[in-house]
Amino acid sequence: MRYIVAKNSRDAVALLGAGDGAQPIAGGTDVLVQMKLSGVAPSVLVDLKKIPGIRDIVLEDGGIRIGACVSGAEMGENDALKNMWPGVVEAVELIGSTQVQGRATMVGNLCNGSPAADSVPALLAAEAIARIEGQDGQRDIPVFGLLEGPGRTKLGKGDLITSVLLPKAAKNSADAYLRFIPRTEMDIAVASAGVNLQLDEAGVVAAAKVALGAVAPTAVLVEDAAAALIGTRLDEAAVKQCAEACEKACNPIDDKRGTIEFRTKVAGVMATRAAKIAFQRAGGLL
Amino acid sequence: MSKIHVSTYVNGDAVEFLCEPGETLLDVLRDRLNLTGAKEGCGTGDCGACSVMLDGRLVASCLVLGAEVEGSAVETVEGIATDDALHPVQKKLLEHAALQCGICTPGIVVAAKALLEKNADPSEEEVRYWLAGNLCRCTGYDKIIRAVLDAAAEMRGVSA
Ligand SMILES: Cc1cc2nc3c(=O)[nH]c(=O)nc-3n(C[C@H](O)[C@H](O)[C@H](O)COP(=O)(O)OP(=O)(O)OC[C@H]3O[C@@H](n4cnc5c(N)ncnc54)[C@H](O)[C@@H]3O)c2cc1C
Ligand code: FES
Ligand code: FES
Repeated sequence: MRYIVAKNSRDAVALLGAGDGAQPIAGGTDVLVQMKLSGVAPSVLVDLKKIPGIRDIVLEDGGIRIGACVSGAEMGENDALKNMWPGVVEAVELIGSTQVQGRATMVGNLCNGSPAADSVPALLAAEAIARIEGQDGQRDIPVFGLLEGPGRTKLGKGDLITSVLLPKAAKNSADAYLRFIPRTEMDIAVASAGVNLQLDEAGVVAAAKVALGAVAPTAVLVEDAAAALIGTRLDEAAVKQCAEACEKACNPIDDKRGTIEFRTKVAGVMATRAAKIAFQRAGGLL
Repeated sequence: MSKIHVSTYVNGDAVEFLCEPGETLLDVLRDRLNLTGAKEGCGTGDCGACSVMLDGRLVASCLVLGAEVEGSAVETVEGIATDDALHPVQKKLLEHAALQCGICTPGIVVAAKALLEKNADPSEEEVRYWLAGNLCRCTGYDKIIRAVLDAAAEMRGVSA
C-alpha cells in the first residue's frame, strides 16, 4: 500500500482515478478498522485532510456548508450549525466515543454506505446536498441520490465529496434525530429516525420530512409518514398514522440485536418521538 | 515497501521517524519511539486503551496512521506527570484505588485530563459519557468516575 496526501481536490481525483483500488481516507475510523479486520489494504490510500478548505464550516446563502474532513467534535462545537440544524449535529455526535468523534467525519459516515449510519437519516430529512469532485469536474447531488445499498454508494471511480450543504432552514422549522441501541453508548443503531418539520404561523405542521435508518438496505425517506404529520399539531391520530406509515416502509434484517418485528415497531416509535422533539424545537406546543 | 519519513512533535519534542504506510500511530509510539504507555486493547477503536491527544483532540492512536501525524503535535500519557509530581487525575486514580491490572489506566488518564481541560466542572453523567469509549475489565468504573470528579474538584481548588 502507498499513502499519499492529496494537495487539492483535482490531485485527489487524479490519484483516485489513476489505478485500481485507490481509496480516500478522511477520519479513517471505518477505513482503518476495515483494513485491520480484513487484512487487505487498498493499493493507494489518498488522504483528503490537507485539501484546502476541506476542514471548514462556512455560511452560504443562508445555509451552512460543511467540509468533508470536518470531524464530529468540530461540528458539535459550532454554535451556528447547532442552532440551524440541531438534528444533524445530534446524529453526527452519536457516532462512536469521544475518541472516535475526534476523527470521524459526517461525509465518511455517508460514503461508508452503512444502512445504520447515524448521520444519513438526518441528512435526508434536512435535504442536504453533496458537492462532488470527479473526472468531469464539480457537481452537486442531493444526498438522497447517492444511496445505493449496504457498503455501496453511487459515487463513481475517482469521485470524492468535498463538502455537504445544509440548506437554509425555513422559518419556524427544526430537525431532530433519535436512534435505538441496546446500550446507552457505543453501539450501532437497531432503528433510527431523522425528522425535519416546518410550522405555519398557527403552529400547524406545514412541511415535513421523515427518514428512517437501519431498517432497509439504505436509509429511506417515508413520504406517507411525512404526509400524516402535515396539517396537524401532532395529535394522537396523526402520530399513530405516521408510525404506521414508517412500519410499512421497513424492510429490515433479522439479527441478534433486533428481530424484524422489533426493528419495524421501533422505527415508528423513533420517528414519532423525533417528530415531537422537532415540533417543539420549531416552537410548536404539544 | 518504501518507508515514509515523518516529522512531528511528541510531548513537545521534535521527533522524526520512518514508518510503513499502513503502520498505526499506536505501533509507531510503542515500537519505534519506545513510548509504551498507550496500550493496544483492541486495535479497532473500541476500548480507548490507546488514547492520545493529536493536535489538541482526544483520539484512538490505533485509528490514526503514523504517516498522518506529519507536522502535528502528539501528546501521550508519558508527557503528563512532571519529574516529581503526578497530575491530579493520576494522583486521584491512585488514591481511589481506581485501577487493578492497569491496562486501561493510561488511556483513562489521557481522556480524563482532556475532559477537565474542556470542562472544569463536569457532572457525573458528563464524565461517564466522555469516558464511554474507555473500557475497563476490572474496576466496574465507579471508582474511576469518583476519582475523575475528585480530581476536577481539586483542580478547581475546592475539596470534594
Ligand atoms: C468504535 C467505533 C464506533 C463507531 N460508532 C458508530 C456509530 O455509533 N454510528 C455510526 O454511524 N458509525 C459509527 N462508527 C463508524 C465510523 O466511525 C463512522 O462511519 C464515521 O463517520 C466514518 O467517518 P471517517 O471520516 O472516519 O471515514 P473514513 O474511515 O475515513 O472513510 C469511510 C469511507 O468513506 C470513504 N470516504 C471518506 N471520505 C470521503 C470523501 N470525502 N469522498 C468520498 N469517499 C470518502 C472512504 O474511502 C471509506 O470508504 C464507529 C466506528 C468505530 C471505530
Ligand atoms: S486499541 Fe485503540 S481503541 Fe482499543
Ligand atoms: S484496571 Fe484492568 S482494565 Fe481497567
